[in-house]
Amino acid sequence: MELTAKEHSEDETLWGGDKQPFKATYGKMMMWFFIVSDALTFSGFLVAYSFSRFKNIDSWPIADEVFNHFPFLHGVNAPMYYVALMTFVLIFSSVTMVLAVDAGHHMKQSKVAFYMFLTIIGGAIFVGSQAWEWKNFIKGEYGALETNGGQILQFINTDDKRISIEDFALELPTERSTHESSNGLWFSYEPSVTEITVSEVKAGFKNNEELLIRTEKLNSSGDKTILSREESLAKIESAIQVVQGANLIHNEYGNRLFADFFFFITGFHGFHVFSGVVINIIIFFNVLMGTYEKRGHYEMVEKVGLYWHFVDLVWVFVFTFFYLV
Amino acid sequence: MADDTHKLAIFRGYLKFKSNTQKIWGVLIFLSIVTTVEVILGIVKPQILMTPFIRIKLLNWIFIILTLVKAYYIAWDFMHIRDEKSGLKNAIVLPLIILIPYLIFIILLEGDYIFNVMQDGFVSWNF
Repeated sequence: MELTAKEHSEDETLWGGDKQPFKATYGKMMMWFFIVSDALTFSGFLVAYSFSRFKNIDSWPIADEVFNHFPFLHGVNAPMYYVALMTFVLIFSSVTMVLAVDAGHHMKQSKVAFYMFLTIIGGAIFVGSQAWEWKNFIKGEYGALETNGGQILQFINTDDKRISIEDFALELPTERSTHESSNGLWFSYEPSVTEITVSEVKAGFKNNEELLIRTEKLNSSGDKTILSREESLAKIESAIQVVQGANLIHNEYGNRLFADFFFFITGFHGFHVFSGVVINIIIFFNVLMGTYEKRGHYEMVEKVGLYWHFVDLVWVFVFTFFYLV
Repeated sequence: MADDTHKLAIFRGYLKFKSNTQKIWGVLIFLSIVTTVEVILGIVKPQILMTPFIRIKLLNWIFIILTLVKAYYIAWDFMHIRDEKSGLKNAIVLPLIILIPYLIFIILLEGDYIFNVMQDGFVSWNF
């Protein structure tokens, strides 16, 4: 008995929590394991996106046509430039974050605060850019018709230029207005009536000989299939709804799942960036108040830094799978 | 952690930096170059790279590989995985590199199968 007791006392340091096989503190390790689980969550989302894309591989929207806006350049086709800018902003704010961590290791309080401040600014610019991107996506540009089967019909003229439905729809007199609960006993629900009706678009299309329909289907060279005038006239009869912009149910860019995944994945990522900015602000004020100076180390900065880099890391993948591939 | 505990060499030791700060800027330059290459390829879309390889275009393979390269340098140098003990390194990286490719493999195979069903099936999806 005595022998066992003695062995036990030798092991006391092992079970007392003094050993650090990973040479990392509890907080840092838990941040890492949180990041691992969050990484798996994001890969789940991105793989689900890829699944839908593979399922609709011959009709998926072309990202270059969807995200082609740049601030102050109206009507200019500028694919990629804006997201590229956003990517650089995020990478740069990642760099200022590592510099803050590095300054923390050297216990330089004012330097840590300065770099944290730059990081927060970068994060705020990124969240703002994402909001602007969402605004453009939701507003839409050209509008489209949706068929009974849920396919999107877009319009181009003979010069291959996209034409907005607002430009050619004829104005027909209509008595139709949104049905409201105050006007009916058997009211269930009706979505608000669109400003342009299907019949107006159809009439305008028939009137204008130059217009053709562009379907969701991709041809062998990866472009959207364009129907001939006769096919277009036949196709437009299957349209049942006008779609302008994008939401979770309809979107004028093509497959509805595209908008759903866009909102969900960039929204979830944007939420991460937002919470990252909030956490960074809290830590920034702690740095200013000298909390970590008193504590003797800046490990807290390192931990939020890990989270911040992770957000950047996820964006690298979102950027590739939404905008490039 | 003082400076001397950082591993300051990247590219398997081809590029050595004098201080951690210098390494950070070096990695930033590298990441910027990679991103710029991606953006240029995304805008130009060279016709040679549009040929499919295992159902995905060569260009897209390049994008995916460059993304993984970027992810490696962000994790290794910005998140300091390079400086961690190998136990911690493996605890973080192994679950990811085992589970994610597995998930990708089964889900994409399924997606491709459903695409074929929808294409060759007797039900019309476009009416």
